[in-house]
Amino acid sequence: MMDDLNDLYQQVILDHSRSPRNFRALPDANRTAQGHNPLCGDNVTLYLRCEGDVIREITFQGSGCAISKASASILTECLQGRTKQEVEALFERVRAMLTTGQAGGDDLGKLSIFAGVHKFPARVKCAILSWHAVLAALEGKSDPVSTEEGGA
Amino acid sequence: MNLHQTQTPPSAPSSASPSAPPPVDWEALRADFPILDRQVNGRPLVYLDNAATSQKPLAVIEAIERYYRSDNANVHRGFHELSNRATAAYEGARARVARFLNARGPDEIIWTRGTTESINLVANAWGAANLRPGDSILLTEMEHHSNLVPWQLAARRAGARLVYLPVTGDDGLLDLRRLDALLVPPVKLFAFTHVSNTLGTVNPVSALCAHARERGIVTVVDAAQSAGHLPVDVQAIGCDFLAFSGHKICGPTGIGALCGRRELLDQMPPWQGGGDMISSVDFFESQWDAVPHKFEAGTPNIAGAIGMAAAIDYIEAIGRDHIFAHDQELAAYAVTGLREIPGLRLFGPPEHRAGVVSFLLDDIHAHDVVTVADRFGVALRGGHHCNQPLMRKLGIVSTARASFYFYNTAAEVDRLIEVLLEIRKFFGGA
Repeated sequence: MMDDLNDLYQQVILDHSRSPRNFRALPDANRTAQGHNPLCGDNVTLYLRCEGDVIREITFQGSGCAISKASASILTECLQGRTKQEVEALFERVRAMLTTGQAGGDDLGKLSIFAGVHKFPARVKCAILSWHAVLAALEGKSDPVSTEEGGA
Repeated sequence: MNLHQTQTPPSAPSSASPSAPPPVDWEALRADFPILDRQVNGRPLVYLDNAATSQKPLAVIEAIERYYRSDNANVHRGFHELSNRATAAYEGARARVARFLNARGPDEIIWTRGTTESINLVANAWGAANLRPGDSILLTEMEHHSNLVPWQLAARRAGARLVYLPVTGDDGLLDLRRLDALLVPPVKLFAFTHVSNTLGTVNPVSALCAHARERGIVTVVDAAQSAGHLPVDVQAIGCDFLAFSGHKICGPTGIGALCGRRELLDQMPPWQGGGDMISSVDFFESQWDAVPHKFEAGTPNIAGAIGMAAAIDYIEAIGRDHIFAHDQELAAYAVTGLREIPGLRLFGPPEHRAGVVSFLLDDIHAHDVVTVADRFGVALRGGHHCNQPLMRKLGIVSTARASFYFYNTAAEVDRLIEVLLEIRKFFGGA
């Protein structure tokens, strides 16, 4: 039982939730998107400064549980310098990992610490919220994205 | 405090007197609920999410099974034996609800899917006949979304507006000093909850209704959290409408009732059309059946009504005054324990609290508290509890909530406190 919990709340996750990285607004952002989880009231705003399709800088603000905050924090660390296409490919693998525990392909690096989430189906939405927001920002969508629209 | 060794509720006299009801053996009642024996995540279930839904005793499960096994037929439309039996059971259940609420008669009871549908019925049907542009509807800041969104829709349809009686703060009381100033024209209707599902506040419903009545303002009481927990008497309360659900009073989901004053119900148009609500139908015009059938289109939830009546029989055999005393004792015991946890922020009134306790543990998000508690077998609710405007007012997004019923014990409260201390340790609190 505690093993499952320790898988879900790994030390790195707890550390990022307590001291989130890149946790600020980005004044010169040219893409932003909000994510909202209406079931818990969690909110996240992603700020991106892109050059063409490449993310040069990415930050976030918002409130949420340990999983959603850590997910957003680690996402900002991992997506710096990535192209839209790379982010989309990564998202598919992260989603597979969150729902099945298996990412497939190469090691996901730091993102693989979220593999334990798959044992807690109710928490998948928390981990995926900021991914939906970043994809919306890259698509240039201005409406807030919700975890209750479309699949997790 | 050794509450779990005290089997007698505080309302019962400590020495036996000839007229005193026998003390309730709360532990023995647990045997009536099969689910309370199960394990969750390898630990004995500690079910503290009763404000969301209650568990069901065998008496209710068996009443529903008996109906489907031996009496199932449609109501009001057959002259065969089973239809007569189903109709008698269904209308008998309506009369049971009427007695439960001390309504003036069974024709003041309309079956619905639950509290939410009951309130939507009033907002639609009463609203259509009575709300005009420029009118106001008074609500309170502690309303559940089910007693808020239907009024937003009704106000939008009619060109009316909403006004709110404020909540004082973390102590979760209505700011009654504001009542006289707010309960004035153009307010046409005042809708409020009896017991707050988040704060555990017990509102002074009789006084609120009396104030409204003096001013000719119609009242709607949301009794979802109270009907199964404390005596609810619509004539003593003096309300015009009262809504509640079966599933929070040990009955099945998908059934509830609206109790309405007959003269108001008579003036209201139907809100859903179909079979069973008409007296005659032509190609272009129809005549409505009388109240309550006017508001009950289609084949109803017959088994649900029968199950709800069995639930009412069950909890009335215990006595709602006893249940409330037990709820309050558990809540007070929980509050005492919670206050000793460093960094815990408690919501709700300091005294006269129903069996609902909301809190935040340090800066740990409620969903993290609930996820870890679940791994210890303790079922809590975390989130906004369908109270988003209240959460915003209190400057928070969610709380963790423990809510009690008569089958909960002080030992379970002890377990809750132990688990919360573990959670604090887990997330790196002191």
